Amino acid sequence: MGAPLRAVRSFEFQPGRWSSEINVRDFIQNNATPYLGNAEFLSGPTERTRKLWDRVSELLKEESRRGVLDADTRIISGINTHPPGYIDRDLEQIVGLQTEKPLKRAIIAYGGIRLAKTALEAYGYSLDETAEEIFTRHRKTHNAGVFHAYTPDMLRARKSGIITGLPDAYGRGRIIGDYRRVALYGVDRLIEAKSRDRAALDIPAMDDAMILLREELSEQIDALKELKAMARGYGFDLSHPARNGREAVQWTYFAYLAAAKEQNGAAMSIGRISTFFDAYFERDLAQGALTEAEVQELIDHFVMKLRMIRFLRIPEYNELFSGDPTWVTEAIGGIGEDGRPLVTKTSFRFLQTLYNLGPAPEPNLTVLWSERLPRAYKEFCARVSIDTSSIQYESDELMRHCFGDDYAIACCVSAMKVGKQMQFFGARANIAKLLLYAINGGRDELTGEQIGPELAPITSEYLDYEETLKKFDRAMDWLAELYVKTLNIIHFMHDKYCYERLEMALHDTEVRRFLACGIAGLSVVADSLSAIRHAKVRVLRDASGLARDYEVQGDYPKFGNNDDRVDQIAVEIVKRFMSKLRRQRTYREAVPTLSILTITSNVVYGKKTGSTPDGRKQGEPFAPGANPMHGRDRKGAVASMASVAKLPYNYAQDGISYTFSIVPQALGKSAADRVANLVGLLDAYFADGGQHMNVNVLDRQTLLEAMEHPEEYPQLTVRVSGYAVNFTKLTREQQLDVIHRTFHGAA
Amino acid sequence: MSSIARSTAQPEPAVRGWVHSFESLGTVDGPGVRFIVFFQGCPLACQYCHNPDARAARTGMNLSAGEIVEQASRYRRYFRASGGGVTLSGGEPLLQPEFAAAILRLCRDQGIHTALDTSGFCALPRARPVLELCDLVLLDLKSSDPLIYRRVTAVSIEPTLATARLLSSIGKPVWIRFVLVPGLTDDPENVAGIARFISSELANVEKVQILPFHKLGEAKWDRLGIEYRLRATPEAAPEQVARATEIFRSFGLKVD
Repeated sequence: MGAPLRAVRSFEFQPGRWSSEINVRDFIQNNATPYLGNAEFLSGPTERTRKLWDRVSELLKEESRRGVLDADTRIISGINTHPPGYIDRDLEQIVGLQTEKPLKRAIIAYGGIRLAKTALEAYGYSLDETAEEIFTRHRKTHNAGVFHAYTPDMLRARKSGIITGLPDAYGRGRIIGDYRRVALYGVDRLIEAKSRDRAALDIPAMDDAMILLREELSEQIDALKELKAMARGYGFDLSHPARNGREAVQWTYFAYLAAAKEQNGAAMSIGRISTFFDAYFERDLAQGALTEAEVQELIDHFVMKLRMIRFLRIPEYNELFSGDPTWVTEAIGGIGEDGRPLVTKTSFRFLQTLYNLGPAPEPNLTVLWSERLPRAYKEFCARVSIDTSSIQYESDELMRHCFGDDYAIACCVSAMKVGKQMQFFGARANIAKLLLYAINGGRDELTGEQIGPELAPITSEYLDYEETLKKFDRAMDWLAELYVKTLNIIHFMHDKYCYERLEMALHDTEVRRFLACGIAGLSVVADSLSAIRHAKVRVLRDASGLARDYEVQGDYPKFGNNDDRVDQIAVEIVKRFMSKLRRQRTYREAVPTLSILTITSNVVYGKKTGSTPDGRKQGEPFAPGANPMHGRDRKGAVASMASVAKLPYNYAQDGISYTFSIVPQALGKSAADRVANLVGLLDAYFADGGQHMNVNVLDRQTLLEAMEHPEEYPQLTVRVSGYAVNFTKLTREQQLDVIHRTFHGAA
Repeated sequence: MSSIARSTAQPEPAVRGWVHSFESLGTVDGPGVRFIVFFQGCPLACQYCHNPDARAARTGMNLSAGEIVEQASRYRRYFRASGGGVTLSGGEPLLQPEFAAAILRLCRDQGIHTALDTSGFCALPRARPVLELCDLVLLDLKSSDPLIYRRVTAVSIEPTLATARLLSSIGKPVWIRFVLVPGLTDDPENVAGIARFISSELANVEKVQILPFHKLGEAKWDRLGIEYRLRATPEAAPEQVARATEIFRSFGLKVD
């Protein structure tokens, strides 16, 4: 025997497959150190952090007053178009801004120049004439391309709002570059790999797919070169790998920044970086190169930068999405395929930013939850949730099964393997409106215009379940086809005119694509069909025979009470619509998926939808995401969660959003009880098959006060469907919607 | 244990009773996340009652014990994850003892932890099986002074004290709950009286929970058109709660 060899602490990383191929996951598996302890090691903000954040807060306040702080009117943004910008060179530990000044918004034109022009004008600026001329006369945009190809049916569907939020006027987003690759390999190595891939694409069958790919690879390589040049402007050489934690954060941020300079995508997730960073930090800490306070400072400054990502968007966009979201989503935690938790100290440090800098909607911090996460981490998450309402949770058990253990979340709830999968974002279809089309023979219930297929309308006084369902099914056939055809056009044009060069340079060349469709109004439809089946629904028609309102006679089971009589209707609708999507032919062989997610547009959808057979009146908001309708869940939150957890993830792999709002007192008597109960709720909801949960722990009174005195609550954050917003940036209508929405525990 | 032997007259799941409502996320009536069954009907008329709509007997939903436990058992994952279970509350569950006992037996068969939230005002011979069957009793002690007790509840204190003593004699875990109403129950003498009773006569009390008076139920009184006599009473302030806590602790009792 003999004493075991004392481990020699090596400052080199553990080699593995990652050493000879581009494989960040393998690096993490070989080098991440799971942390099972509690939060006591964490550091508060440094003096520098405090000063810098004060400065940023001043700028944010000014921005909030004016709508936008500043905007470019002339330069079309690219990776290298603006000189380096700083907030305060002496204070900031992580550098890089989208333009030369903090919060100054850039013009991103390839998605569509009209949106940039309108947005500038809305805030009192005007677009430079030359820039406008270039993008109207000489260089076509994605937006122009799409409208050249749209069919009349598509235009009508878009206008009536049966399909909404389509990414046809700006960047589609929802693509997550593997920004970590820049830190781990350096840009030169990435260029080399891409060049090799391109060289291999010289085969006899030089068809359009092959030509397109060759062109894209060249674009990717150009973008990588520009990234290096951008960093050089700040005095950094990205050609080699990051040598320490500080560089790893800076390199990764530069890669993300370059992407954000080129693309104003609807959602620009950062990926899954905390545990990746941790490998570097652990090494630096062991070497004595950094202290805990310095590590936290780097994360705080990095997060500050992510909070400052801005795009030039029209006020209507902000109204639709409540504020100014960018969905810089960071996925944290989860369990490895080998059963080891992927929770590290840096998983704590990211959440700690919510204390050090105060709560904020961005980055969109997303904890990948598993019953098997270390207990101390679960409790820390619950505590931070209770204190800040700034975290969302998603089921790692459910997603790991489909996406392995190195996936991230695009936008709110859409999982994809980092650097290996991407999605064509497809916003959502309003299926509550579709049900009304089915009843009205394809005519819009508000305008009377023929939008859907000319089916025979229902003419009986009382709705019959079988007849309604049959017509609804036909309407779904029509919508599924039209929806996918529309998305095919959009994504063809986006690839053609507004290709994400840098983000795709940080993907494998052989990438798997999803066509991410979505639905809004699921609980309205489930309740409507339940009312038709279990109560009596009388149709009230106008003179032209158009069904305009409904009278519900009697009570019926409502979604959100864990009652299979209606919950299974919701399940069936999801399955049917997804099955119809699967039958469509998609652009670039993308695999169709479905989300049940509304963002905050549940209010706007409601506005544009007539009265529904569940008793909801014209204009009243839908529930957000997959939530039950407001006030209809009568048995408390857990029953409501149980209903949502029944929705089949296999048929909605783009995510199923559920928002949970509760007053602190209803979560338990003591602070410790509240933490323990929230942990229990999350464990059980996800064990039940739930996929996503936003957690708000807020006093109704606080929200009411914030409505009256917004200036006193600049950082009050509320989670809505899949992301978080500043409560004070919501429109009054949305604020009321949040307050009226079932607040569990308030009498 | 003969009193908790199964009655052969009617199978447990078929026993029916009156229920006011359910709450699937109960976190303040016993440990963990709990499924709360609010019984309909209560013999007391507490001035501060926050469920006055559950007072009238023989109304609401008529359900069988089997139906209720079937509903509750859907949340077993939540119970397991949080250390929770089922709580019978109300209303006064002991007003329907056979129904309550049937539910508790079915829960016990399924391994679900049970709590009984009661005023203790009951006919003990009929209620005894219920007290024996549940795992935990949350016993509301509004006062130790017969006069104050009657003023708060409109009934006599004696049945409640008898229930408390019985629970002690059978060693049933009990949490005492005391609603602190400014001007009504907050007199230090009153608080000390309760504390003295617990510490001198009861051997089974795990802790005392002080429930500060709140007015979330006020709207219900208005809806029911009953006069709400505490309209002018302020909600209990943290200092008042701290004072009462001090008194309980000075008698060696655990308070949370």
